[in-house]
Order: sequence, then C-alpha cells, then structure tokens
Amino acid sequence: MTGDAQPFRLAEGGLIDRTQSLRFRFDGQDYTGLAGDTLASALLANGVRLVGRSFKYHRPRGILSAGSEEPNALATLRSGAQREPNSRMTVTELFDGLEAESQNRFPSLRHDLLAINNLVSPLLSAGFYYKTFMWPAAFWEKLYEPIIRRAAGLGRASTAPDPDHYEKATVFCDVLVIGAGPAGLAAALAAAQGGARVILCDEDCRPGGRALVERRLIDGKPVAHWAQDMTTAFTALPHATLMTRTTVFGAYDHGTYGAVERVADHLAAPQLHQPRQRLWRIIARRTILAAGAVERPLVFPGNDRPGVMLAGAVRSYLNRWAVAPGSRAVVFANNDDAARTLADLAAAKVSVAAWVDPRTDIPAAVRRAAEAAGAVVHAGAVVEATRGGTALRGVSLRDAAGRSTAVDCDLLAMSGGWNPTLHLTSHQNAKPVWRESLASFVPGALPPGMVVVGAALGSLALSDGLAEGIREGLAAAAACGFAAPELRVPETDVESIAISPLWRVKAKGKAFVDFQNDVTAKDVQLAEREGFRSIEHLKRYTTLGMATDQGRTSSVTAVALMAEATQRDVAETGTTTYRPPFTPVALGALAGHHRGPHFRPHRLTPTHEWATRLGAVFVDAGMWKRAQYFPLPGENDWLVTVCREVTAVRERVGICDVTTLGKIDIQGADAARFLECVYTNAWKSLPVGRVRYGLMLREDGFVMDDGTAARLAPDHFVMTTTTANAGKVFQHLEFCHQVLWPHLDVQLISVTDQWAQLAVAGPKARDVLRAVVDPDFDLSNAAFPYMAAAEVTVAGGIPARLFRLSFSGELAYELAVPARYGAALAERLMQAGAPFGIVPYGTEALGVMRIEKGHPAGAELNGQTTAHDLGMGRLLSTKKDFVGAVMARRPALTDSQRPTLVGLRPIDRTLRLRAGAHLLPRAVTPDAAHDQGWVTSAAYSPTLGHWIGLGMLTQGPQRLGEIIRAWDPVRAGDVLVEVVHPVFVDPKGERLHD
Amino acid sequence: MRIPCPCCGERGVEEFAYLGDANVVRPTPDAPAEAWLNYVYLRDNPAGAHDELWYHSAGCHLWLTVTRDTRNHAVLAVRSARDIALARSA
Repeated sequence: MTGDAQPFRLAEGGLIDRTQSLRFRFDGQDYTGLAGDTLASALLANGVRLVGRSFKYHRPRGILSAGSEEPNALATLRSGAQREPNSRMTVTELFDGLEAESQNRFPSLRHDLLAINNLVSPLLSAGFYYKTFMWPAAFWEKLYEPIIRRAAGLGRASTAPDPDHYEKATVFCDVLVIGAGPAGLAAALAAAQGGARVILCDEDCRPGGRALVERRLIDGKPVAHWAQDMTTAFTALPHATLMTRTTVFGAYDHGTYGAVERVADHLAAPQLHQPRQRLWRIIARRTILAAGAVERPLVFPGNDRPGVMLAGAVRSYLNRWAVAPGSRAVVFANNDDAARTLADLAAAKVSVAAWVDPRTDIPAAVRRAAEAAGAVVHAGAVVEATRGGTALRGVSLRDAAGRSTAVDCDLLAMSGGWNPTLHLTSHQNAKPVWRESLASFVPGALPPGMVVVGAALGSLALSDGLAEGIREGLAAAAACGFAAPELRVPETDVESIAISPLWRVKAKGKAFVDFQNDVTAKDVQLAEREGFRSIEHLKRYTTLGMATDQGRTSSVTAVALMAEATQRDVAETGTTTYRPPFTPVALGALAGHHRGPHFRPHRLTPTHEWATRLGAVFVDAGMWKRAQYFPLPGENDWLVTVCREVTAVRERVGICDVTTLGKIDIQGADAARFLECVYTNAWKSLPVGRVRYGLMLREDGFVMDDGTAARLAPDHFVMTTTTANAGKVFQHLEFCHQVLWPHLDVQLISVTDQWAQLAVAGPKARDVLRAVVDPDFDLSNAAFPYMAAAEVTVAGGIPARLFRLSFSGELAYELAVPARYGAALAERLMQAGAPFGIVPYGTEALGVMRIEKGHPAGAELNGQTTAHDLGMGRLLSTKKDFVGAVMARRPALTDSQRPTLVGLRPIDRTLRLRAGAHLLPRAVTPDAAHDQGWVTSAAYSPTLGHWIGLGMLTQGPQRLGEIIRAWDPVRAGDVLVEVVHPVFVDPKGERLHD
Repeated sequence: MRIPCPCCGERGVEEFAYLGDANVVRPTPDAPAEAWLNYVYLRDNPAGAHDELWYHSAGCHLWLTVTRDTRNHAVLAVRSARDIALARSA
C-alpha cells in the first residue's frame, strides 16, 4: 500500500494539520496519518477496520468508540523494554514513527487459528473454565493454565525493566474541574474569573470534550471555536492552570485526587530528563466533576463486527479527524441525540441507507433529519443481524410486524443512550441512583466538596450543561471566598435527548454486552440461572466489567439485563462499586522515583566516605548504610576479615561508627523522673557524669528496646536507643511525655543526626584517646572509670561527649562530636591509633563480639521476650511505676518454663551453628511437640576458635551443662550443643574496668 | 485523608502515625487486673465518631486526639492530646 492515500480522509474539516504527515506502522504495514490523529482515526482514514481479536472467542473486532472507554481497539505500542500492551488506539496520539501491533491473534489478525473458539463457543460460555478444568487438580498449574493463558487474555507486557522514568508531584487549588468539555470549561472560567486558583484537567490532548466533535453552535459560534475562545480566556487568568493529557483517576478523602499526566506518551520517546508520566496528587477545596457521558452500544446479534460503531464516535471521526468511518451507513438508535449522526454523515457526503429506530413514534425532527440525509426511516424496527466476515457488509432489519429486510452498508452507527461518567462520585462508596427518563444511573450522594455538572450529572442537553457549569463554578469560587462576577449563560441550538430504552434485541446469535470480555446477553442470563444474581456476582462469574475498560460501555446494560432476567427493576438491581483507578494507571507512575536503590531514602553515616575509601562493604540497617566489614587486599572471605577485626579489637584497638544508634536529648527539671517512667530501672540516683544501661518495656510487659542514658547535668540526659527502634522509641517517649505524664517538666529532641559517634574499643583504647582528647582532661581509670560520661574537647577545642561504654566487652569508649567532624575524627583516631595497630571494624565484628559477651540485640529483643527471658529480671524495679511494670508481673511472663537466654557451644567444635535452629532434648523425635526453644544468634568466635550461639531455651539457666540438640532441618543442621552461660568471653567483666 | 494539625495546619495523612483509641486512660499501678487488661488490650471500634490518637511524626511531634467518623473519615475535631491529658488529671 502506498503511504499517502488515506482513502477515507475527508477533503476538508477536522482539527488536524494537513500539512504534517506522520508515518506509522501497524502489524508490520506502513501507513500515513496526520498531526492531530489518534492511532484509531489514522487507521480508519487508511480504511483499516479490523484491528484486533476478541478476548475469548477471537472474533474479529474493529474500533467501537473514540475515547478512553474503548473496549476493542487495543494495541501493543513500541518495542523492547518500552513495549506497552493494551493501549487504547482511540486515545493513542499519533506520532511520527509510531509502531503498533494488534493483540490476541495467532498467527495474524486476518487468519487467526484460535478463531476456532468461536465455533466451539457453546462450550465456552461463562464459567466454562471453572467448570471444566476442575480435576485432576495437579493439571491446572502445569497444563490447563498455560494453554488457557496462551489462548485468552490481552496483550503481553515486556519482561525487561522499564527504562522510562516517572515523577510524582502534589498541587493545591481552590477549585478542581475534572473534564474540559463545554460544562467543565464554563465552570472553570466562571470559578477562575473571581480569582480562585482553578485547575482544569482533561484526559484529552486538547480541551473541548464533545465540543471538538459536534457540529453545533454556542452563541452562534461553532462549538469548537467557542471551546478555543473559552480556553484562551481561561489560560490567560493568572491563577488558572490547564492540565491536558491528565486523567483524574481517583477521588480520595478530604479533597485529595489522584491524577496521571501523560507527559511524553505522545512522543516517540521522552526528551532528555523528561518523565514519561507524572503522578499528581491534587488537593482541592472544591471539585466540579464535568466528566461527560459515555455512549452505550445496543445489544443485537453481530453487534461486534468491525464496522459497527457508536453513533457519537462516528461524529467524532467525521468532525474532529475528518475521517469517514464508512461509505454507506445505517444508523440504529433508540434516542434523538443519535439523529445528529445522520446530518453529520450527510454533510460529509457519506450515504445513509437507513435510520432504524425501535420506537414506533419517532419525533418529527428526527424524521426530518433522516429524510434530509436521504435515509429510509424504519420505525419500530431493530437490527437483528449483521453480515460480513472481518468487515461489515450489511445488516438485516426486522420491523414491528416481524418482517426482515436486508440493507447493504459498511458502517452501522448505533446508540443505546448515554451513561453519565459518574465513577469518581462513587469512589467513596456512594451508590449511583437510577433515572428512568435517562434510562441510566446518575450520581447519588457525592464526596464532600464535590459537585457534578453537565452530562456527568445526567444533564445531557448542552444548554443545561452550560448553565450548571456557570452556576457551580461561581458557587465553588464563592465557597472558597471569591466574589462571583455576573455571567450570562450562552445560547445554544435546538436539541432533544429523548430516549426509549432498548436493552437487547431478541434474536438468534451472539449479542455482546461486554466487548472486551466477550460477555453476551446469553451469558448474563446463564449467570442468573446459575444463581449469580447479585451484580457483583455477575461481574466475577462472567468477568463482565473487568480489564482495561472496566465496563464503561457495558455495565449499565448488564445491570438492565440482569434486572430483566430476575424480574426486578434496574434501580433495585444496582451497580457494582466503582473504585479507583478510573482508567488504567501504569505501575511505573505509581512508583515514581521509588524504585531500585531509590525505593526508600537511605541515610549515610558521617564516616561513610571515609569507610568507602577504606574499602568497606556496606549493609542496610533500617534506612542506614553501615560499614559491615573492611576487607584488606587479599581477603576474599568475609569471615577472614571479620575474625581479623575481632582479634584486633580484643588484642589491640579498633574503631566503629555507632552514629546510627538513636540519640535523644532529654532536658528539664523532671528529666530523671521521666526516665524513671520509661525505663524499668532506677534513674534518680544516677550521678552527673555517669551512664547507665536502661531497659524499656511496652505497656504489655514485653521488652521494647534497650540502650543507655548519660547524665550530663542534673536536668540533662542523653539517651541512646537501638538503631532499628530509634524512631519508634522517640515516638513512644513523646507519647509518655504528652499523654501519660503531661505534667512532667521535660523536653525531648532527637539528636541522632546532629552527633557523629565512634566507638573506640580494645586494650589500647585509652592510649589512642589520649592523643585525641585535649590533654586537660584526665582519662585515667580513677578519674574516668567504666560507665563514666563527660563533655570534653577533642583535637584542640572541638566540643565532644565521651562515654565509657562497651558493647565489645573490652576497655572501650564512645566519642561523639558534632556530625560535621565525624569523618575528621575517624581519620584522627586512625592516625593516633596507628602505633597501636588500630583497625576500623564494622557491624559484623560488632555482632560477633556482642554474641561473645552475651548482649541481647535485635534477634533477642524481638518483641516476644520479657526481661526475665533475657536474664534481666533484676532490672524491673519494684519501687516505682513505669511503662509495663504492672503487666510484666503477670505470672505467664515470669513463668520459669519460658524460653530464657542461654549460651550454646557445639560439642564437636568444628561444627557450625546457625540462628533459627530449633532446640530439642537429645533423645526425642524432632517435632513441634518437643520444641524447647531456638538459636537466636550464632557467630564464629575467633577468640574461642569455634562457633558459638545464643538461644532461648525452656528453663535455660537451670540447664547449664546439659547437652541438647540444635536441629535445623531446612539447612540440614543437626548439632549437639552444650548449654552454657551466655557470656563466653571475660565472664567477670574484668577488661571493662581496666 | 487530611488532618488539620493545631500546630501546623492541614496536612496529608502520610505525615502522621496512628495509635488508636484515645479514650483509654492508664490505670494506677494498684488498679485491678481487669482495669489493666482493658487498658492494654481492649479497644472500642465504633461505626461513627471515634476519638483516636495520631502523632504528627513528620511535623511538630504533637500527639493529637482526632475525632474521626470511621464510616466516612470525616474529621470532626482535632485537639492536643496533652491538653486533654492535663485537663483529665486536673
């Protein structure tokens, strides 16, 4: 085919740029369209009618609509990682070089082998899969499902990572107007003229809605010109924002709306640094929904044949895109609005063979329109069948007397009436209500702050929509405090929207209700017979209303058919619940930048770059990246590195960044009293210049967290928490302060980010510190003993805090400096420690040493352990109230049968222990009934030369010396272990006090 | 959802952390076991107006007592939980 032919392009008219040809490819064939085309209009201009195969029966399908409600015309766009299936051709803007493929056909669109499904269709009725492939169960996964998945379904997504990027943004406004059709434009301009901040969103690339596709007059002006003038006036206002290509897909609480802006989908590829799509959160004080209405198909045999199109869509293609969707048309409609199609076809010089109207009493205006278009009027008649293979060749009419007539045509324009696009009104659970005069549902209760205008409200007449738009636009602005200017409602031409419902034509053959899911009128009746009468059950059983179009063209008809089958009225039958999103939203847009390493923010310690230079391997600890270990050249096994680091600390000295521990500054006259409330142990007695270990419970008596607090002044403490619980503890303390003990004079603030803190541990720690802490401070053991704390200066006057704390069990200090000095401090410590063989060590060595010392950490403080379980029952003061005090005394929490902290040592010292192994007595069947606990933490101890573990064991402390079994069936571990005291190294704690 | 914080103004719900029923009052240490059981474990879950504790974690760190209609998320009142606690103990 030659490119530029476009045989169905009209000689004039349309909102297209005839000077700009665009090349595109569909199913490997090259075509040409014009700037302003959609893929659908360009295909129709080229005479392409067959664009896809249906979901289940693989029936040939054409373009049904001209908007986002399209159920049939789905294509896969682009290729490779950018391949996007199920793109609606009707809203796909054409660009030069666009490549599209039809879907659900094999091997080709015209010769589809799976169309055999259509012949065996009696077998494939609703619920077929559920009934047929029930047994044997094992066949489902291996055999049935893969075959069904190949045969059925829509397009296939790319499996490669999405190379495009997406943004998220939030915007606030006084008035949000959803939909830039005539009513929306009128509302937006009315609201904005008073000075309100107005955002006007439309899913289309240009504002106007039906004004772009109808040949009508407002104030004597063609509607498209009127829409252009309104848009110009709106965008000229300083606080008015027009957002095109933006679909508002969800209405959430308190005026929050979700919208997706297709920033670059109309381009071959996003420009540099341009996102493909942008997800908007719009927060509006008032919202005006002007989303228009969607025309519904009529249900008759063969209503899905390519060439059968919605009457309003026919006008869209004629008037907006200057494309004739056929050369000889029949119009089949039950309402007056569709008569406009007659005039528009005639104006485009498309011959109109017949106006088929089930109403016997056809209004005179409609008759006149038909006669003017040269169409034969068939009153009280219906289309009972269509002819043709992959393209319509004619229809069979049946008149009121039951006589059939054949009429040749290649285009059948149909209209069953219009359904208000009210989905957003239902997103907060309100039910639409039935309106008989419209034969459709209209909005019921509305989300707070929302009003509906125009066709979305059921006001299908243009004059009503304009009046409502102006009225509600002014009211919304007034509600936000903006004075309303006087505005005149413009004049429109004469119109009629009279309708007489026709839910289905009773005739033999497949009459489709839901085109996308291949659900016929018969399937609805079958669902009813099988008991699926609730509209929600009907949806699940037949899949009606699912997939990309969410039943936009089908749901009301389905409700009416179910009402008929169950002999209820439509209002009583009700609709399914409409939920967000209104149209499909790419997962990429919802994720935005939050993917891969940016899935969540990460926090870097002040020594991160220093550690990176030293070759550290990092590990995630909550949001933090912490140095896990520091391999030297030639160390290829992490265990070698970690053993070296541990040994260096135990024999010489090491430094480790412990900035990530939560740090909370607590000040006030009642600071000590406050600590008494939140910690289990005593605090009033702690002298200034001392640190104490603290245990914190939840109110239910279980351990929440542990840490230390140093008293820097009578009314000033600095608390540390575990890294993992820093945020949670701070929130808890604020709760205790504000809600439980509000009368205490105390203030809290998190200073985790303000202070860099480094642990200096090992027998040479004091020697290293002497070279860093300014010399006027006495570091001797007598002056600054274990658990001392002081404000000092380092490196010639830099303020610092020094704590003599030890997690490793060695002589150790923690030195805190303002965060900006953290890296410099690390460097200085390394220099000062060089003569002593100092090493940096990471969280892995830290963990090994704490297991060697039996200190509980995350694996033991798991939210299910009590102070007694951890061997810390003595820390529960009986002389005061504190959080958890009462509940911790419950008998079950102090029961001696509870698993309690012990040390574990393999009998065969060469064997490895693993955390997670179950602890069992030696000579029992390994099963749940004999389970007596588990290994919480395990490590190879270079100090002892074998694996060690900590565990929770029933009656643990009474069983020291007993040999039990650490059974780890998932990793084939079965190790005999001796129960020992949990402190493996320096049990008397002598090194701490050196 | 949006919550009007008395300190920061109206903010999105993502700035807040939820705790639950604001009407439970911590018993005295010598209160009967049943009072403690109620305090720690039992919570009202009404369909309608409910006083709830919310923490403005990404804002001013105030604990708030938010009266919310659980059926439609309408926020009926927001007060400082500390003010309520002080009034209660006064």
